[in-house]
Amino acid sequence: MSKAAPNRKLLKGATGDWEVVIGLEVHAQVNSEAKLFSGASTAFGAEPNTQVSLVDAAMPGMLPVINEECIRQAVRTGLGLNAKINLRSVFDRKNYFYPDLPQGYQISQYKSPIVGEGEVRLDMPDGETVTVGIERVHLEQDAGKLLHDQHPTMSFVDLNRSGVALMEIVSKPDLRSADEAKAYVAKLRSILRYLGTCDGDMEKGNLRADVNVSVRRPGEPFGTRCEIKNVNSIRFIGQAVEHEARRQIDLIEDGGKIVQETRLFDPAKGETRAMRSKEEAHDYRYFPDPDLLPLEMAPALVADLKAQLPELPDQKKARFMRDYGLAAYDADVLTAEHAAAAYFEDVARGRDPKAAANWVINELAGRLNKEGKDILVSPVSSAQLGAILDLIAAGTISGKIAKDLFEIVWSDGGDPHRIVEQRGMRQVTDLSAIEKVVDEIAAANPDKVEQARANPKLIGWFVGQAMKASGGKANPQTVNDLLKRKLGV
Amino acid sequence: MSVDAATVRRIAHLARIAVADDEIAHLQGELNTILQFVEQLAEVNCEGVEPMTSVTPMAMKQRKDEITDGGIVDDVLRNAPSREGNYFLVPKVVE
Repeated sequence: MSKAAPNRKLLKGATGDWEVVIGLEVHAQVNSEAKLFSGASTAFGAEPNTQVSLVDAAMPGMLPVINEECIRQAVRTGLGLNAKINLRSVFDRKNYFYPDLPQGYQISQYKSPIVGEGEVRLDMPDGETVTVGIERVHLEQDAGKLLHDQHPTMSFVDLNRSGVALMEIVSKPDLRSADEAKAYVAKLRSILRYLGTCDGDMEKGNLRADVNVSVRRPGEPFGTRCEIKNVNSIRFIGQAVEHEARRQIDLIEDGGKIVQETRLFDPAKGETRAMRSKEEAHDYRYFPDPDLLPLEMAPALVADLKAQLPELPDQKKARFMRDYGLAAYDADVLTAEHAAAAYFEDVARGRDPKAAANWVINELAGRLNKEGKDILVSPVSSAQLGAILDLIAAGTISGKIAKDLFEIVWSDGGDPHRIVEQRGMRQVTDLSAIEKVVDEIAAANPDKVEQARANPKLIGWFVGQAMKASGGKANPQTVNDLLKRKLGV
Repeated sequence: MSVDAATVRRIAHLARIAVADDEIAHLQGELNTILQFVEQLAEVNCEGVEPMTSVTPMAMKQRKDEITDGGIVDDVLRNAPSREGNYFLVPKVVE
């Protein structure tokens, strides 16, 4: 399949342009109390090996029994990706030996996954819409955790994560730049969080990606790909794609050939490198797990889950643009996180939606980012921010004072209306008071008065001085009008 | 279907079973005997027949999403060849 990429995405090489082709396999930890095939807890951060059942430790004779909620979560995810739900799917054993896998095989789905083809839509900042095909989503077990830095010759094994349910979400090779790859993972994360099927916490490794990268001349067949394993931040995904594409282009242009291989991304160096080669190519010898019957689902279950799906990011974005008159960019920012969207709607209710969007995106989000806080624990509640907006709308405070007020509420809390009264932050609209200030400034600066009469634009200097003298409490419009009248400009 | 000596070595390696060179020929013969035995099944025409997954018609058993297990670290570690604290210890593997 050749999909012609617009020129701006092409990478320049010494011998001409190249197109990068990217597909991702995203591993998303399923939100559930218990593991996929055992009753042990999935909670993060417990003492080592305390959340391990004899099934997870692969003791002889233990049998897996599937967790019904994990099935529902996979179906919800499939529905959220506009994908085909397979009413019959099969669990297989993927065989390999590694100390984090006590069974000697991972229970996964190979030929018959629970979710088939779907798609995700990306709205890129330049206005382009990119549709990314989903190849499949399947359920599988996570492995345990190895610690290599605790002992000179031994590795420590913690099986708490062993057997936790993962969804592997496989995209088609539809992405053509590092930015698209980043936007795809961000969008996927957003959809999963809306659905509540994965918390998307990349720092904890609950969402991680294997990135497949190849390069080709525009219009030619796909090149040989390399797979970069386990990249665990959106920024790193972008860096890994950029570095890997450049490495492949340089190699080919120098007369070399790409070898299909598994590579690692080193965030400290910002580069990918080959994993110490496994002498044997992967040979997983998949076969259906004889401990598990095929998974059959009633159409009613799927219909029921579909009926209960929440409003998803694309729908919410469209509604924000339609109902609140927001620009695409603002609607995008506000709907990426469910919590931010809910906060915004609280603030916007009965108020000017554009002002609400402005304050949530700029002041609030900026401040939260700076302190690394989540909007769910924002020191300024939606009710408090709403009250600040009311004060501005009523002309009680100026926009500039509102920012000071926001800071006070952020640090000290309290009712914005009372703070304004107690601290005397009311905007001065009393003409005589402002007039007095303006007269004083004019008297002290006759030269400036002359200049402003000659060039009315210089009136701005007076506005600034008057605002300063009033501690920002004068209404700028009032000051402006008054000055024009006084100076006769 | 039959296996050659190289395939025997490969299967042994994948299963992490140490097989000495002088055992290969013998194992190759054994494996091929097994394969020939199983190959008799190919005589049966099963065109269009669904693979049987269970001898009785039944659906896969499912479990509620409840924590019913865990907190048995000593049981889990009892057979560990080597442990430290609550961890299994294995020869170092680093990629």
